[in-house]
Amino acid sequence: MIELTINNIHVKAEEGMTILDAAKSVGISIPTLCHMKDLFPTGACRMCIVEVDGMRGLTPSCAYPVMQGMNVNTNSSRVRRARKTIVELLVENHPQDCLVCVRNKNCELQDLSEKFGLREHRFAGEKKDHAIDISSASMERDPAKCILCGRCVRTCNEIQKVGAIDFTNRGFKSNVTTPYNKGLNVSDCILCGQCILVCPTAALREKSSLKEVTNALNDKKKYCVVQIAPAVRASLGEEYNLPLGSNVTGQVVTGLRRLGFKKVFDTNFSADLTIMEEGTELINRLSNGGTLPMFTSCCPGWVKYIEQNRPNLLDHVSTCKSPHEMEGAVLKTYYAKKMGIDPLDMYVVSIMPCTVKKFESGRPELTEDKMPDVDSVLTVRELVRLFKMAGIDFDDLPEDNFDNPLGESTGAAIIFGTTGGVMEAALRTAYFKLTNEDLPNLELHDLRGSGGIKEAKIKIKDTELKVAVVNGIGNVDEVLDEIEKGVCEYSFVEVMACPNGCINGGGQPIHQKQDKVIKRVQALYELDSKSKHRMSHENESVLKLYDEFLGEPNSHKCHEILHTEYVDRKNSLRKKG
Amino acid sequence: MNEDIYANYSKGDKSSLIPLLQDTQDKFGYLPETELNDISDFLNIPLSSIYGVATFYNQFRLTPLGKNVIRVCRGTACHVKNSVNILQALETELKIKAGETTRDKFFTIETVACIGACSIAPVISVNDEYYGRLTVKEIPKIINKYKREMKKELSNEIESVGA
Repeated sequence: MIELTINNIHVKAEEGMTILDAAKSVGISIPTLCHMKDLFPTGACRMCIVEVDGMRGLTPSCAYPVMQGMNVNTNSSRVRRARKTIVELLVENHPQDCLVCVRNKNCELQDLSEKFGLREHRFAGEKKDHAIDISSASMERDPAKCILCGRCVRTCNEIQKVGAIDFTNRGFKSNVTTPYNKGLNVSDCILCGQCILVCPTAALREKSSLKEVTNALNDKKKYCVVQIAPAVRASLGEEYNLPLGSNVTGQVVTGLRRLGFKKVFDTNFSADLTIMEEGTELINRLSNGGTLPMFTSCCPGWVKYIEQNRPNLLDHVSTCKSPHEMEGAVLKTYYAKKMGIDPLDMYVVSIMPCTVKKFESGRPELTEDKMPDVDSVLTVRELVRLFKMAGIDFDDLPEDNFDNPLGESTGAAIIFGTTGGVMEAALRTAYFKLTNEDLPNLELHDLRGSGGIKEAKIKIKDTELKVAVVNGIGNVDEVLDEIEKGVCEYSFVEVMACPNGCINGGGQPIHQKQDKVIKRVQALYELDSKSKHRMSHENESVLKLYDEFLGEPNSHKCHEILHTEYVDRKNSLRKKG
Repeated sequence: MNEDIYANYSKGDKSSLIPLLQDTQDKFGYLPETELNDISDFLNIPLSSIYGVATFYNQFRLTPLGKNVIRVCRGTACHVKNSVNILQALETELKIKAGETTRDKFFTIETVACIGACSIAPVISVNDEYYGRLTVKEIPKIINKYKREMKKELSNEIESVGA
């Protein structure tokens, strides 16, 4: 234990702890910008500087370890003045268009400006001038708003290990951008949106689809229907200041009806459908000597990653469409026919915790006769904007239920929203299909939690199945390398591009509150454990869909409607010498 | 992939990025995009990071140099003697900015911190020739001299091809 004083408070800290963490342990908060928990400190922004007795300059507290007998002042006038100057310089090189900014009232630069009481412009001067990158289908990059904290670069390089953006040039010309400033659509970016979640300003944001959705809602000829992803219900409440992990399914359904959607469906329905298809595909691959391990295909960020980096391994990816695309496809075929609606008049909107889904919905492979399975994708943040615009407040909103038949779901579908969930759901059903018995314990705790690669062994009859869950795209190369070397022992691998899965997706509410992930995950597992049915093959509406329309899982019709194909994007991205 | 360059380096050794970039530039005169892609694959470093390094250091160029390289001294002595006007005159004359190359690839303008000829400030160099105590008026004359040379070279080339 090391003893030191911070602001005249006696503090006991562990060796190796930074001044920043030691101060936090006694309730002293120090402002930071570039600091990222669990990553090696860079000390780049100097926002966290403190005064340490005996040291000449001001010390960055995020990068300096505590020492015995240290006397630290985090709030001296010298410290305050220096921090304020840093904020003033950042603000002066910023567009300052807060009133028309998508991050208005949720911006760290705005907060700091308020915190330090900026009331005048002391440093009027030249401002950087960069064009907005609107090239990608999912995201926009606005470097004029960037304050160069580097959190996006570190997320992209160190956590996701995608490396699409980095610092370029230097001094006044410094800019976070793609190689040759070419645009995200031709970069290595997989559009996961994790950079959006860490961006302190609006330099990174989703590409808004609000206009097309409101246009469709206003179009009397359109039959607008909507579906919400499993992870949306556990996070949306945060935008209304509800406690972390509040389940707001009922309110969201009511809200969507009030927006003018004719029917409100649950993507959970097609999550169950996915399990039926993907589980059957796995069983077929296992019994017919197909390509193994089989990868899940629910996550479009992961699909884009393998298409761009390892197209030689595309055979390993399940051919199943992702759940919301399946839902769209079923809506525009089975449901439209059943209800006597022209599928061309049907407009399907997906509310997703994800930015890549916007890209995915525009894929030509997911379009039938110029009619996309899903017409528009909104992130959780966009839906909340739509709610607020329409005057929908959560305080007194009654709860409502999903429309059927595409609203029924089981507990297995709900956990799709978190890492390991798809695997757990698939095993529950695959086990039953192969043995005609339920899994002895439906909850597979080896596959839960925030580990990078989680493994489990399941004994089904006489064979032992080894499966793995890859949590975050940054961990996937290890498994892919094993496959290329021919030493991979897994039969089935789930991959989610975002760390902790969709619950922490790039389209989720933006804030830096601790425990947000854990609380959201808990909410999903609780919903699962309270469900009447917890296995996908118990979903009666799904079984009825097979009976009335699709036939058997993996039938020819299923392949037409519920399965897709992938493309090699490696060579289209890079100039080769 | 240029075996002669890569032979000196081991695959995946991230610390050899800068020497590898230097060797590549020595060979090509600049860093072609296709080469950066190859380096990215060879060292297993994202292209964005390599592009970041290549744009951070002044020694690296991403575009080929023109046939005549004009270096404008922006050191203290030249600055006091209004070298900024000289630079602007050059930029206007050639219709490019400092760091760029004309479309006909005849001229590149670069700025340097100090040429080391402060006594004749403001000074520029074109290839190996130095022009000191410059005034803005002299710029078009100097440029025209090199343009004439380039045209002569071109017509000689055309004649030799014709013959």
